[in-house]
Amino acid sequence: MNFDPRFSGRKFASVGTRPIRPDGVDKVTGRARYGADFNMAGQLVGRVLRSPHAHAKILKIDTSKAEKLAGVKAVITAADLPDLTDGDAAMYDVLDNCMARSKALYDGHAVAAVAAVDARTARQALKLIEVDYELLPHVTDVDEAMKHTAPLINDTIFTEGLEEKPVKPSNVTKRSQFGHGDVHQGFGHADFIVERSFKTEQTHQGYIEPHACVANVSSDGTADLWVCTQGHFVYRQHCAQLLGLEASKLRVTSSEIGGGFGGKTHVWAEPVALALSRKAGRPVKLVMTRDEVFRASGPTSATSIDVKIGARKDGTITAAEATLRYSSGPYAGTWAEIGAMTAFACYKLDNVKTVGYEVLVNRPKTAAYRAPSAPMAAFAVESAVDELAKELGMDPVEFRIKNAAQEGTRSSYGPVYGPIGIGPTLEAAKTHPHMKAPLGKNQGRGMACGFWFNFGGQTCVDLNIGMDGSVSLAVGTVDVGGSRASLSLVAAEELGIDYAQLKAVVADTSSLGYNDMTDGSRGTFSSSMATISAARNAIKILRDRAAQMWDIPVDDVIWENGHAIAKGEKYGNLAALSLKEIAAASGKTGGPIAGHSELVADGAGVSFATHICDIEVDPETGAARVIRYTVIQDAGKAVHPTYVEGQYQGGAAQGIGWALNEEYIYGKDGRLQNAGFLDYRIPVCSDLPMIDTQILEIPNPNHPYGVRGVGETSIVPPLAAIANAMSNAAGVRMTHIPMSPPRVLAAIEAEREGRA
Amino acid sequence: MRYIRPLSIEDAVGLLAGSSGTSAILAGGSDLLVRMKGGFVEPDLIVDIKAIEGLGEIRQTADGFSIGAAVACAVLGENSALKTAWPGVVEAAKLIGSKQVQGRCTITGNLCNASPAADSVPALVAAGAKAVIAGPSGKRTIAVEAVPIGPGKTSLAKGEIIEAILLDKRAPRSGDAYLRFIPRTEMDIAVVSAGVNLTLDEHGVVTAARVALGAAAPTVLLVEEAAEALIGRKLDEAALERLAKVCAGACRPIDDKRGTIEFRRKVAGVLARRAATTAYARAGGK
Repeated sequence: MNFDPRFSGRKFASVGTRPIRPDGVDKVTGRARYGADFNMAGQLVGRVLRSPHAHAKILKIDTSKAEKLAGVKAVITAADLPDLTDGDAAMYDVLDNCMARSKALYDGHAVAAVAAVDARTARQALKLIEVDYELLPHVTDVDEAMKHTAPLINDTIFTEGLEEKPVKPSNVTKRSQFGHGDVHQGFGHADFIVERSFKTEQTHQGYIEPHACVANVSSDGTADLWVCTQGHFVYRQHCAQLLGLEASKLRVTSSEIGGGFGGKTHVWAEPVALALSRKAGRPVKLVMTRDEVFRASGPTSATSIDVKIGARKDGTITAAEATLRYSSGPYAGTWAEIGAMTAFACYKLDNVKTVGYEVLVNRPKTAAYRAPSAPMAAFAVESAVDELAKELGMDPVEFRIKNAAQEGTRSSYGPVYGPIGIGPTLEAAKTHPHMKAPLGKNQGRGMACGFWFNFGGQTCVDLNIGMDGSVSLAVGTVDVGGSRASLSLVAAEELGIDYAQLKAVVADTSSLGYNDMTDGSRGTFSSSMATISAARNAIKILRDRAAQMWDIPVDDVIWENGHAIAKGEKYGNLAALSLKEIAAASGKTGGPIAGHSELVADGAGVSFATHICDIEVDPETGAARVIRYTVIQDAGKAVHPTYVEGQYQGGAAQGIGWALNEEYIYGKDGRLQNAGFLDYRIPVCSDLPMIDTQILEIPNPNHPYGVRGVGETSIVPPLAAIANAMSNAAGVRMTHIPMSPPRVLAAIEAEREGRA
Repeated sequence: MRYIRPLSIEDAVGLLAGSSGTSAILAGGSDLLVRMKGGFVEPDLIVDIKAIEGLGEIRQTADGFSIGAAVACAVLGENSALKTAWPGVVEAAKLIGSKQVQGRCTITGNLCNASPAADSVPALVAAGAKAVIAGPSGKRTIAVEAVPIGPGKTSLAKGEIIEAILLDKRAPRSGDAYLRFIPRTEMDIAVVSAGVNLTLDEHGVVTAARVALGAAAPTVLLVEEAAEALIGRKLDEAALERLAKVCAGACRPIDDKRGTIEFRRKVAGVLARRAATTAYARAGGK
């Protein structure tokens, strides 16, 4: 299996076309089965009791009354999920987050759960569980949590990454640093310096489908889990570890997914459902309500960021520095570290330094949200870059082009770049008609750039050829954005057959080898690599079978356009054999024909984007409306351009919501005030303009077709692009996201008063 | 839980008056069902009033309009006589929730939910609408602003049901308008809102005015001083400035997840001015 993943620059027949997705009809007709659509005979309803307190010791939980209620089949607490993590601190945090052990660490933290014959009984049972809490002081703000006077969330935490080992515990779990050169010297060479502080509030991915699963644990130690997830293999590992099951005896089947965006990469309800099923001896269905999703799944970090950038009069950046503080919920994370890595990744810098601080707060455990941590860092950096361009009197695009990273540039986080798309996306922005379109009253235009690493990872694919010549593709990366269509196109391309001959499915954990989850924009990148490899392996067998049918050496058989062809003059009379003909004869030539592939997809190419945004502000109310938006992004190779465009538009749409209105609002009591879609305002259709897209294709040298991941980068520039547009429309620099109408109006009024 | 769908208003009143536990009236259900699904209420008795004769109708009478308690807001928008006479009331009703919600929700329900942010209520108060109430001791008619007495609380006694909302016949040269502020374009709840209803003389001078503000106090506010700022004048810039100032001053808002006190005050004035301008134009003023 010597698979060569290098880019080959071939011509494409299927890749780059736009057929309808295999899951499309079922989705638009309501047949598709999402997490809550699976049911089993005798299944119970699971419900979770959650802490109403932001920070409290759990003194005692009395479940006796709930257990006696007719119809209740199981009640569990942390005692039913014993600690099997064996010193694995990260898994211990997952366990503690699934069910609070000694302390409730945020409003919404699970403390007990019930399984009952129906929802009403389950709800009543929750009311009968008595929990004695001892309230502790709490902290929900990232800057407040860093103060020496802040309540300690975990007194066993001593900040990692400091030069001197700290003697006192702290809410700061880790300090990290990136960069090169000497920023002090660099600022000394600057003619202009911009220095600003920024804040962004916590947001949620806002997936429409809440977390849902059905768990069925058998008395023989085997179990099944049907679940809405971005990574069923990872869920299997985690659940098996927490429940003390053997991984291969827990079969996890992923449902269709109504959005994940990183939020369905962590287990919350699943170990609880399994523990309930184990105790009750019956299947248990657990569906989170929207309130629970907001309070107790994994939103992104709230941040506080300082940026300083200096440049010479000619527009060359001489030094760039940022300090980034990211909240991680009540458990350690690496979110600030990622922010610190991405902050200046778009630029070629001689002197750069970024420092990240991971900060504990009494809020839900932070989870990934589409290019996690990068949008906030980009907001701060790209706002400062924009301001610096203004001070220099340079066009913001020209200023960025002058300082953009290139092939061979040492990135601010360490590695040296290969061929990259930042320059081309900026050049495309410069000549885009959007840049020249006239603006009306109270309107402003802004632009910004964004970067994301992308990821490859462990991947396994099976390609099975039916005796009728149809082909099924079993993949292990959950399809969150049309990857079944893309992977079918890739298999069709390799095999030289029609897309319609293929059907791709997401296989369960017992039917396919391990796959990392669909995150890091890896789904299409990694599974297409494995699909190409599997198809090439199948072609070897197809050639072998054709050779048998012809009774000639296999080395004389080549594969072209979906046919085996006997090569050479001496075989002039042999008609080519189609895949269908070879498949039909397979029973007599050696049995079923299949291609398999197991690989680690290395070399996911980094990704860059430039966004342009026009906004209109009502100066009397602070209301803002995005009136035009353009996304320009490098896809490496767009396998299915429609779904690439969908990713570009989706990221921009989520970014617009984040920039303008979305935020977790906590009361003084540490309780979440807006745990619902009414007061947590994601944009509705009428809030958004048509989002224009432009796909650039700078091939990734480490993929046979040049593919790069495209799913995440699109959410990185919007916060900054919109803030820059707002600054031009309203005449005030907005440094606090979201730029909600009260914040914008207050800023406009302050500016007015300042001028008066 | 008992669900009953009586055919007469007397039966409905009897059921509610005779109930011993918690009870709820169901028309569109766009508030009640959400609260039940959220686990906030679990009524022992639900009285569905949609089958009661006449409650699903809009009647045009010699005195104006009578809008039955079970008339969905979307239906108001399909009644051209009502739309012509009271465009402000209709546009307010058609801002509630989403298109789907408007197919179910009612202005009576919106009033009885007693939210200070209810969209149709400031428009109804500005319009001088009245509520016809059926109860154990007969019928009575009160001004709509007397129905809500605080967030989630009404002045209705046990067994009482609002069976219709009355709107007067329009005087010539009259117009009304309603505006609300929401951070989105739809599917939202007013952060602050304003309803204005004007009648002009032949010269465009305001002879009668009513101004109401929503989400600016525990209940919808009827701001008499704001009306006085307009009466006897054309709608010139000075009158509009005075209106805005009076409205901002009349607010008793709170800081909450939807907005700050300062923001609500300022925007209340802005919306009142803009709604007055629209109402004036609708009344034929130039």
